[in-house]
Amino acid sequence: MSDLERTVLERIERARRRKPALADERVTMAHGAGGKATHTLVSALFLEAFRNPLLERMEDQAVFAVNGSRLAITTDSFVVSPLFFPGGSIGDLAVNGSVNDLSVAGARPLYLTAGFILEEGFPTADLRRIVQAMSAAAGAAGVSIAAGDTKVVERGKADGCFINTAAVGVIERDVCLGAASIRPGDAVLVSGPIGDHGVTIMLARGELDLDSALVSDTAPLCGLVDCLLDAAPVRAMRDPTRGGVATVLNEMAAAAGVAIAVDEAAVPVRAEVRGACEILGIDPLYAACEGRLVAVVPGKAAEAALGAMRGHPLGAGAAIIGEVRGDPPGLVLLKTQFGGTRIADMLVGDPLPRIC
Amino acid sequence: MCLAIPGQIVGLVPGTDLADADVSGVKRKVNVGLLDDERLAPGDWILIHVGFALSKIDEQEARATLELLETLGPAFTDDLNALREEE
Amino acid sequence: MRFVDEFRDSGLGRELAAEIARLADPRRHYRFMEVCGGHTHTIYKHGIEDFLPPNITLVHGPGCPVCVIPMGRVDDAIHIASEPGVILTCFGDMMRVPGGRGSFLDAKAAGADIRMVYSPADALAIARREPARRVVFMAIGFETTAPSTALTLRAAARAGIRNFSVFCNHVTIVPAIKAILDSPGLRLDGFLGPGHVSTVIGCRPYRFIVDAFHRPVVVSGFEPLDILQSIYMLLKQLSEGRCEVENQYTRVVPWDGNPRAIEAIRETMKLRPFFEWRGLGFISESALELAEAYAAFDAERIFRLPGVRVADPKACQCGEVLKGVLKPWECKVFGTACTPETPIGTCMVSSEGACAAYYNFGRFTRERVREAVR
Repeated sequence: MSDLERTVLERIERARRRKPALADERVTMAHGAGGKATHTLVSALFLEAFRNPLLERMEDQAVFAVNGSRLAITTDSFVVSPLFFPGGSIGDLAVNGSVNDLSVAGARPLYLTAGFILEEGFPTADLRRIVQAMSAAAGAAGVSIAAGDTKVVERGKADGCFINTAAVGVIERDVCLGAASIRPGDAVLVSGPIGDHGVTIMLARGELDLDSALVSDTAPLCGLVDCLLDAAPVRAMRDPTRGGVATVLNEMAAAAGVAIAVDEAAVPVRAEVRGACEILGIDPLYAACEGRLVAVVPGKAAEAALGAMRGHPLGAGAAIIGEVRGDPPGLVLLKTQFGGTRIADMLVGDPLPRIC
Repeated sequence: MCLAIPGQIVGLVPGTDLADADVSGVKRKVNVGLLDDERLAPGDWILIHVGFALSKIDEQEARATLELLETLGPAFTDDLNALREEE
Repeated sequence: MRFVDEFRDSGLGRELAAEIARLADPRRHYRFMEVCGGHTHTIYKHGIEDFLPPNITLVHGPGCPVCVIPMGRVDDAIHIASEPGVILTCFGDMMRVPGGRGSFLDAKAAGADIRMVYSPADALAIARREPARRVVFMAIGFETTAPSTALTLRAAARAGIRNFSVFCNHVTIVPAIKAILDSPGLRLDGFLGPGHVSTVIGCRPYRFIVDAFHRPVVVSGFEPLDILQSIYMLLKQLSEGRCEVENQYTRVVPWDGNPRAIEAIRETMKLRPFFEWRGLGFISESALELAEAYAAFDAERIFRLPGVRVADPKACQCGEVLKGVLKPWECKVFGTACTPETPIGTCMVSSEGACAAYYNFGRFTRERVREAVR
């Protein structure tokens, strides 16, 4: 590498380490995609205003102790369109999404709250379907919806139905999970084929006129997490929702100051997800999952972790996809299917279909 | 300008320029109007770009290309050299 | 996936890499340009440069039809989108391209109805479904994509759809290559020709590169083995003292192209006398506009466009990157003022732009990354 190239790369590294500043005058769709734009918004705006030690950890949930018990809380909002899609509905996502954010911290989810923002004119029959889905999902996850709220806004001000759920759970195990404890030599696993949900939604929107048998993978992960934690020590877990596996790995690598090396050929992807992604020019590593987890475990525990997940129905397709290295810190590196190497950087905004 | 993907025709829509194409289980109606001279049939493979078929994939040429690549490797050359030494 | 996976075989890749290393003359440094942005994307996505010996450099060319759209044209499109009742449809590639006052994404945030489509046929379908709205399709792309726009225009005419129009920004590849070859100080030893453009125009149009500029051309497919084989074929030509147009992508590219596609383009479009290419300046007969017979579908006639020429920001060196004169990291603002989050130029915005590809995929040296992954 030439000196100039080296200088430029160092310059980029310095720029990346700088505190993000929010330059946009208006919120755009990119800010909601879970990638760099979202991170800038969160760091420069929300974190700045709300700053406290719990929030600074930037995990998917907050863990704190009250009178000797460790509790975990989280919140998630659901604005998916379409509301009903193959494999589920906004109701399933609303329960599973928050429940999973607790499960990946090793918490047993206990109670959910559910806040509804309904658009004037929204059919109550659809609302009933959504709520019934939530009830069933809550039952499957072993949680109760204990409090809620309802608001109605004028026609055009909400896309039918928006839902926010908050969840509280208790950490009964003697575990302290978090990305900061990841270290070189650890193994990275995923619990099953990636991108099912993201691609299902993209196709369900109908604008692309693509058809497939794909269904969302939305599911509560508590049972799978229990199996995993029973069988192996775990450093950290995340559920790769918007932004996909690549985003979650980037977040973890940055939090721990390590590199994560992924073997692209080892990452499980369904044929239809690959097909849709090839047509649209999208990378499955950035497509959302709603019923998968990414787990980092000590290297020696990788096989035990894999076996435990594969023994659970939701983990049948689990795989070891990579490992943690010391260098270069904060980066996710890919050994491509073909055998070359590249970096899997954080996306800026939504993965957009391309023609080029 | 270049993202085009091979897909297989699973059916032709009579009376139109459209075909049902399958890419790894994902289906889409594709306009095959640019390939009128090809006498397309279900089972044929086409190159799809923004919902239009640009070309019919020549399966023999594909096989020939791969065979050529297989002969380029040092393994092949080694085999060849081994053969020559034997002679 | 058939016709894809076989051409991503890593074993064959390693063997090809060995052959390339064997064939490359260690006393020479080879510079091959891949014209097409899709090739740039594949090269980075699969890490193909890892398979090349250090004396082969791949130079990224201007074949990124998104990258070359001048900011003024983006502004024109946003102007159209702001007209009452308009639905502007475009490919995903366009959403983040910066105009003089923001991108489509920004315009959407400010209230414009801008929708992404996968196909121009889908844009026409929207027009059918929403007869009260005026649907405009922003057509971009080289000759690969122009036939699809052409067939859509024909379909619109046949069906008498009055609320559909096309804002045509199709460009043609040969003038872009000529502009490269005419660039002073650019030393290139050969070209990887654009595989999908060639399914339409065939391989003959590249003869001028061989005849007038004496550089070999290999029309290449888009899978990793295609690109490696094409590089091998270029080396072979050079080592044997040949200088020809060869077709590596024989499973898809007919030597004479697709006559129906060319006919469709000729019927619905005509060459503009000149067109501005971002970074390359004005090039004559390098872009398409709608033909007279399709005037009713020409957004440029239906809407009065500001047509303001917006100068590229002074700091932007996209032009030199597009011409392959500069490598991305040699641009003064690469990685600092110009990043994927805050792109100044299209080379950084477009996923196939050389800068975005390098920033996202190839940021660290091949050696360092390869070491970490081993």
